[in-house]
Amino acid sequence: MSEIRTLKDLAQKPDLLMSGHRLCAGCAAGIIARLALKATRGPTIVTNATGCLEVATTIFPYSSWKVPWIHNAFENAAATASGIEAAFRAMKRINKGPLAKYEHVDVMVFAGDGGTYDIGFQSLSGAFERGHDFLYILYDNEAYMNTGIQRSGSTPRCAWTTTSPAGTVIPGKREWKKPIARIAAEHEIPYVATASPAYPMDLVKKVRKGLEVEGPAFVHVLSPCTRGWRYPPEKTIKIAKLAVETCFFPLWEAEFKNGEIVYTLSAPSERIARKPELKKPIEEYLKLQGRFSHLFRPKRREDLINEIQQWVDREWKLILKRCGKL
Amino acid sequence: MAVKQIVMGLNGDEAVAYAIKQVDPDVVAAYPITPQTIIVERFSEYVANGEVHTEFVAVESEHSALSACVGAAAAGARAFTATAANGLALMWEILYIAASCRLPIVMAIVNRALSAPINIHCDHSDAMGARDSGWIQIFCENSQEAYDSTIQAWRIAEHPDVQLPVMVCLDGFVLSHTLENVMTLPNDIVKKFVGERKFVTVKNHFGKEVPLILDPENPITIGPLDLYDFYFEHKMQQIDAMGKAPKVIEEIGKEYGELSGRTYGLVHPYKLEDAEIAIVGLGSTMGTAKIVVDKLREKGVKAGLLRVRAFRPFPVRQIVENLKDKKAIGVLDRAASFGAYGGPLFNEVRNVFYDQDIRPLISNYIYGLGGRDMPPQRLMTIFEDLQKIAETRRIEKTVKYIGVRG
Repeated sequence: MSEIRTLKDLAQKPDLLMSGHRLCAGCAAGIIARLALKATRGPTIVTNATGCLEVATTIFPYSSWKVPWIHNAFENAAATASGIEAAFRAMKRINKGPLAKYEHVDVMVFAGDGGTYDIGFQSLSGAFERGHDFLYILYDNEAYMNTGIQRSGSTPRCAWTTTSPAGTVIPGKREWKKPIARIAAEHEIPYVATASPAYPMDLVKKVRKGLEVEGPAFVHVLSPCTRGWRYPPEKTIKIAKLAVETCFFPLWEAEFKNGEIVYTLSAPSERIARKPELKKPIEEYLKLQGRFSHLFRPKRREDLINEIQQWVDREWKLILKRCGKL
Repeated sequence: MAVKQIVMGLNGDEAVAYAIKQVDPDVVAAYPITPQTIIVERFSEYVANGEVHTEFVAVESEHSALSACVGAAAAGARAFTATAANGLALMWEILYIAASCRLPIVMAIVNRALSAPINIHCDHSDAMGARDSGWIQIFCENSQEAYDSTIQAWRIAEHPDVQLPVMVCLDGFVLSHTLENVMTLPNDIVKKFVGERKFVTVKNHFGKEVPLILDPENPITIGPLDLYDFYFEHKMQQIDAMGKAPKVIEEIGKEYGELSGRTYGLVHPYKLEDAEIAIVGLGSTMGTAKIVVDKLREKGVKAGLLRVRAFRPFPVRQIVENLKDKKAIGVLDRAASFGAYGGPLFNEVRNVFYDQDIRPLISNYIYGLGGRDMPPQRLMTIFEDLQKIAETRRIEKTVKYIGVRG
C-alpha cells in the first residue's frame, strides 16, 4: 500500500463517501466508512446491511456513495457480497458480461453489530466457509442504534439500552459482549483485524490488507455512538481511544497462515503489552458514557465496575496469550 | 418451421436443470429442499463436469440463496435459484426486494405444502404466499412445459418493459419426480433464443444515464432509503411493469412456439369453445382434467377447461373472454386461504366477472392439500356438481372441499 504512508497521503486520496449525509454529528460510522473507502485499490462494489450508515447516506433521491452500492436487507450483506463476487468470477471465466472488463473488482461490506453478531451471523459464517473473496467491515456501535438503542449481542455487560434498561433490580445488560472477531478468526479465513477510528492509519492499513488477501477478510471497528452511548459528540475519538487504552478493545490482527491462526498485536496495544503500566483502568472509559452512569450514580457500584474490570483483564490476557505475549 | 429436437426422458426437476444448463447462467445460488433438490443435484453435476461456466454458490439457507441472486443480478449476472415450500417462505423478505430492485432473477418453485405439520407433497400454498411479492408466476402443466418455461422465463424477466423476476412453478412429485418424454432444443438454439442479458438505463445521482447495474465506472445506489415522497411512485413503476408483462409473456410464448412447435400463452383453454360447464385451475391437475373432459364429451356433456398458466400477472381479459358465456364454472384451488371466502384463484376469477353484464355461476373447489391425490373420478364429481349447478341455476355451497374426510 505504498501510496498511503502518512495522514497527508490519506488526505489526498479522493473521498468516496461524500458529505451531505444525515449521520449524527460525532457519529463514528461515517468516519470509519470514509477512511475505509480511502483504502480501496481500484474498482470496488459496496454492499451495506440495513442500519444507520445505510439509511443516513442514501435518502432517495440523494446518495453519498461514489462507488456502486447496494443495500439488500438486514441479515444478508455477506450473502449479497457472495453473489456479487460470484458474478464477477463467472464473468471473468468467459470474459463476457459487464464486469469482465475489470482485471479485479473488490467487494466490500459495511454492516453494524446487529447485522453481524445477531441477525446476519448465519449469512456471514456461511460466506466465510465458502471462501468468497470479500472484505466485511463491521462498524460496532454496540446496540441497535438505528431503531433507537436496543441491546445486541455486542452490547457490553451493564450498558443501559432501551431493551436492557438500568432498573432497580437489573443494572443494564446482563450478558457479556460476544467475541465476534475471534469467532471470525476461528473460521480460518485469511485475515481478521480489530481497528479503531482513533487510529486512522492503522485502520486504513488493515482495510487495505483485508482487500488484498485472497478470500474472506473481516475488520471489526469499534464505532462510538454519541446518541446511544450518551456522551457529547466531540468525545467520539477520545472514547474510541480510551477503549484501546483500557484494553476494552485491543487492536490486533489474525492471519491464517500454514494451517495456523497467527495473532499479532497492533502498535497501540503492543505498547501496552510492553509497558503494562500504560493500561488505564476501565473506569476511565465507563465514566465518560451515560450508558454506564448507573454504575456511578446514585450509588457507586464498585462490585459491577470490578466485574467489568475483571472481564477486560481476562479478555486482554487471552489476546496476549494468542499473540504469544504470555 | 420448428427445429429438430431431441427426446429425453426427464422428470420435472431434471427438465428444469437441463434447461438451466443450456441457458448457462452466470450464478446459481441454491439450497437443497425436497422436492426441488434434484434441480441443484443435477446442476451441480453440470458444474462439476465443466459443462457450464456458472459459479454455483452452495449457500447455507434459502434466504441467502435469493440474497446472493440479488447481489449477482445487480452486478449484471444472470442468476437462478430454485426452492419449495418452507424454503420459499424463508425467502419471503427477499422476494419483495428482488422484485422491487427490478432484478430479472429466474427461480423454479417445486410446489409443496407449507408446514406445519411438515409435509413434502404438492400443493400451491407456497407459491400463493408469494403472489403479492411482485414476481411473475408461471404454473406448468407438465415437465415439457417446465423445460420450455424455464427457457422463456429469461426473456420475459429481462424484457425492457418488464424487468421483473419470474417464478416457474411445477407441482412437487407429480411433476418433479415423474419421468416424462421431454422434447429438448439444441444448445445453440436455446443460447440464441435467450441471447445476452441487456440492461435498461437509469439516471444516477450524478445526473448521468447509466446501466442499471453495479458498475464501478458508473456508480449507482441500489436499494436506498425511500420514504413517503418517492416510494409510491416506485411502486407505480412496478405496477406498470406488471401491467406490461401479459403482452410480453404472450409474445415470447409465440416466438418460442415458432421455434419449437409449442406455443404458450397466459391461459390455455381445452375444448372450451362450445362448453357450457368448465373448470379453471393451475398446474398438473389440469392435465388430468383433460382426460375427464374427453370422457364427458364422449357422453355428450359440453365440458371444457381453462388452465391458467400465468397467475401473476393475472390474465383478466383472457379469463373473461374464455369463460363469459359459460353456464357454470368451477375454480380449483390447491391452497387454502384461511379466513377468506374461498381460495385465491377463485377469488380472483370471480372478481373479474363482477363488471360483466352476464356472469357465469362460479363456485370453488379446494382440493389436494398436502399432496392429496386428484384422480379423474374426483374431478368427475366436480363436473357433475357443475352440471347440477348449470341445470338448477343455483349454487348450494360456494366453497367446497374435495376429497377430504368428514
